[in-house]
Amino acid sequence: MTEYALEMQNIVKEFPGVRALDGVDFRVIRGHVHGLVGETGAGKSTLMKILSGVYSHGSYTGKLVVSGKEVAFRGVHDSEEAGIGLIHQERMLFPELSVAENITMSTFGRLVSLHKMYTDAKKLMDEVGFYIEPSTLVKHIGVAKQQLVEIAKALALDAKILVLDEPTAALTDKEIDSLMKLLERLRSRGVTLIFISHKLDEILRICDEVTVLRDGSTIDTKPIEELDEKKIISMMVGRDMVNRYPPKVPCTSEEKILEVHNMNLMDFDEPEKYILKDIHFYLKRGEVLGIAGLMGAGRTELVNSLFGDFKGKMTGDIYIEGQKVRIRNTADAIAAGIGLATEDRKFNGLNLGGSVGDNLIITSLDRYCKYGVINENQSVHTALGMLNQVKIKTPSLETLIMNLSGGNQQKVVVGKWLLATPKILIFDEPTRGIDVGAKYEIYSLINELKSQGMSIIMVSSELPEVLGVSDRIMVLREGQISGVFEEEEATEVRIMEVAT
Amino acid sequence: MDGLKQKTKQQLIKFDLRTYTMVAVLILIAVVFEILTKGVFFTPRNLSNLFRSMSITAVIAIGMVMIMVSGNIDLSVGSIVALCGGIAAVLQVWHGLPTAVVVAAALILGGILGAWSGYWVAYRGLPAFIVTLGSQLAFRGIYLVITKGITITPISHSFALISQSYLPPAMGIVVGILGGLAMTAMFWLNRKSRKRYGFQNSTSGVFVGKILLTWVVLGAFVFSMNRFNGVPAPVMILIVLAVIFVFITTRTRFGRRIYAIGGNQEAARLSGIDVRAYMMVLYVVMGVMAAISGIMLTSRLDGATASAGTAYETDVISAVVIGGTSMAGGKGTIMGALIGALVIAALENGMSLLNITYYYQSIVKGLVLIFAVLLDVSTQSKKS
Repeated sequence: MTEYALEMQNIVKEFPGVRALDGVDFRVIRGHVHGLVGETGAGKSTLMKILSGVYSHGSYTGKLVVSGKEVAFRGVHDSEEAGIGLIHQERMLFPELSVAENITMSTFGRLVSLHKMYTDAKKLMDEVGFYIEPSTLVKHIGVAKQQLVEIAKALALDAKILVLDEPTAALTDKEIDSLMKLLERLRSRGVTLIFISHKLDEILRICDEVTVLRDGSTIDTKPIEELDEKKIISMMVGRDMVNRYPPKVPCTSEEKILEVHNMNLMDFDEPEKYILKDIHFYLKRGEVLGIAGLMGAGRTELVNSLFGDFKGKMTGDIYIEGQKVRIRNTADAIAAGIGLATEDRKFNGLNLGGSVGDNLIITSLDRYCKYGVINENQSVHTALGMLNQVKIKTPSLETLIMNLSGGNQQKVVVGKWLLATPKILIFDEPTRGIDVGAKYEIYSLINELKSQGMSIIMVSSELPEVLGVSDRIMVLREGQISGVFEEEEATEVRIMEVAT
Repeated sequence: MDGLKQKTKQQLIKFDLRTYTMVAVLILIAVVFEILTKGVFFTPRNLSNLFRSMSITAVIAIGMVMIMVSGNIDLSVGSIVALCGGIAAVLQVWHGLPTAVVVAAALILGGILGAWSGYWVAYRGLPAFIVTLGSQLAFRGIYLVITKGITITPISHSFALISQSYLPPAMGIVVGILGGLAMTAMFWLNRKSRKRYGFQNSTSGVFVGKILLTWVVLGAFVFSMNRFNGVPAPVMILIVLAVIFVFITTRTRFGRRIYAIGGNQEAARLSGIDVRAYMMVLYVVMGVMAAISGIMLTSRLDGATASAGTAYETDVISAVVIGGTSMAGGKGTIMGALIGALVIAALENGMSLLNITYYYQSIVKGLVLIFAVLLDVSTQSKKS
């Protein structure tokens, strides 16, 4: 008989106006690695918040059974007590405290014995299989190490069930490898793992079973032997996705719309340090240039500098349509015909308290203004036109943008830049956190813009996406260009070779 | 889609609810004081008094709405009122300068004082709360150094006219009718264009009701003011400024961008808005508005006193927050702040009629501020 470490039965969780979870069943076998997948908004995070006590007992209905005993968590503390550890997607560490303090944070008593703290921390680091000087401040160690600190912290609480929410999002391939090995070690020690990821190859590599959620319901739980990537996607989307990318439109023009020569960017705090070095590249009219590279290779810094958003000293020449331009700030960049759809919609892409209409017209206000007074008629009609053009699903222009789905919010970001009529539109991680269907629509939109003669630079950390959409791919490594590939010669392997 | 539509509708109702609640609270306060004061509250003389004192803080509230919508705050307004009003009095009483000159000097000084705080906040990235708290103390200190803490009086007749004159009753009626016609036309045009854009409109019953209500309120206001000398000049100053700034905040590029900055400063910057320049301008405008208020106060009191403008920031911030402006920025209206200012002025006026001392009034006003912010914060957290 199989022994379950965790059983969640018929879980229903409602928020005002939305039923986030609609009778979810979720069973995890003791000592297994269990994959949990689903599109954004499918209910994965909500389910894990119930498991970790963030949503306390009584705020949902259904049964929660841990190690055969029904439990009613009043808060995170109760769930920790029951041996459940949650490694969040965003790091939950204290950057100004040391590694040892972070690891033992929840376990030391009222009086802290420094000696015990350090020995405990060392023991736990041994278990996880890494070593850093325990007194190092967490802000001084890399993302991958921080994650290990989080895992050690969870083990300090004697976690029997460990939930990892998108643990590999910020890691390099090598770091992912060692994380996978660690997870296997933990499994062999009898720890039960719940592994949430958008990266299906990782799911297939490490998991014993997979549960797919869609629209707040459990679609199915299957052992890994019965699954492959295609099957999981069709379960997630609810239909067969034949193509994940629309057919490419070839770029025919030879006209170089953008040329960058000899661009260097120095660090703001350490003026001697190069963030970008010797950057030379061009962009043709109607071309999609993909920029690939690992985290910290300078991808975002490159496009932000091009857009006039940089802190340190930047040198180099930028030519647009053969004309030399000076870009000192974002207003200069917009005037020169560059738009940037940013990586993080919520942080710097949208005014979330504003309406769809407010957000759409903000970059192009000058067009509707005479002596600084807005011609409302013109601005509203332009915005309504954009709703149709990029197919934003919203009841009205006056709807608050926070009520739209991630995919539709992203379309508003694109729409607001299209209204500024740029010649060059930069997309930084255009599909982060949106579901497969909405991704396809964004790709189609990029194709459409391209065929209208707009030039596009796309930064993405998802290699298949870069390969699926770009005409040419430029790879960055440590702030320098380490390779440029034409579409036909680019493969994931070749890109990774020059990226690492 | 239907779910979203439902949500939008709920928001519309919710928003209106807040406005209605505010008006209801205002009426409740008025009725309670009317009963407690045995009919003194609603006498024309008292209402005239109430509106005159309200207009002095409401002028600052107009500037504060814009500052707070942009995500900042200004705690130094009370001291700017004192310093600018005081300088105007000093220049006139001690140096014999004509009214036009001292008014201009006070306005320029207000702009400079605003620019001082604006510089630190916008260009040096200091927290607005701290900068303006420091300015509050420093400005008050400068004022006391200059005046040595004595009362400076009397000002000339022409200076006193700014706050102490009234529109002749006949003119008040004409202005009232013109205002009513203008507002009716605006409601109608607005409704027409909303229909054309396919936006949700209120039912025609509500629309007619709104117009009727506007006329009733305007009529009642002019009628009761005319029963005591006429519409006061400071109220006219307030109305003119309110019309100008309602237009600026709703219909101009400048206004739209303030909301964008407050909603998400990073996104605004990446949309090509020079955020720092906008903040600087807002602080200068705030300083000038506080200076106007200072001039009105000096004119009303026939001179400058050491305690002029003390704790105005509390009244103003309460009014603005009661009026629906979010402490987090990005949201707020001038009309709301004016109603908020009326609520605060009514409270103060009623308590004074009841001979409640300044000590107790302070307690009440402090609690009102906290509850107003509580209301704002609780609606904020429900949203997210």
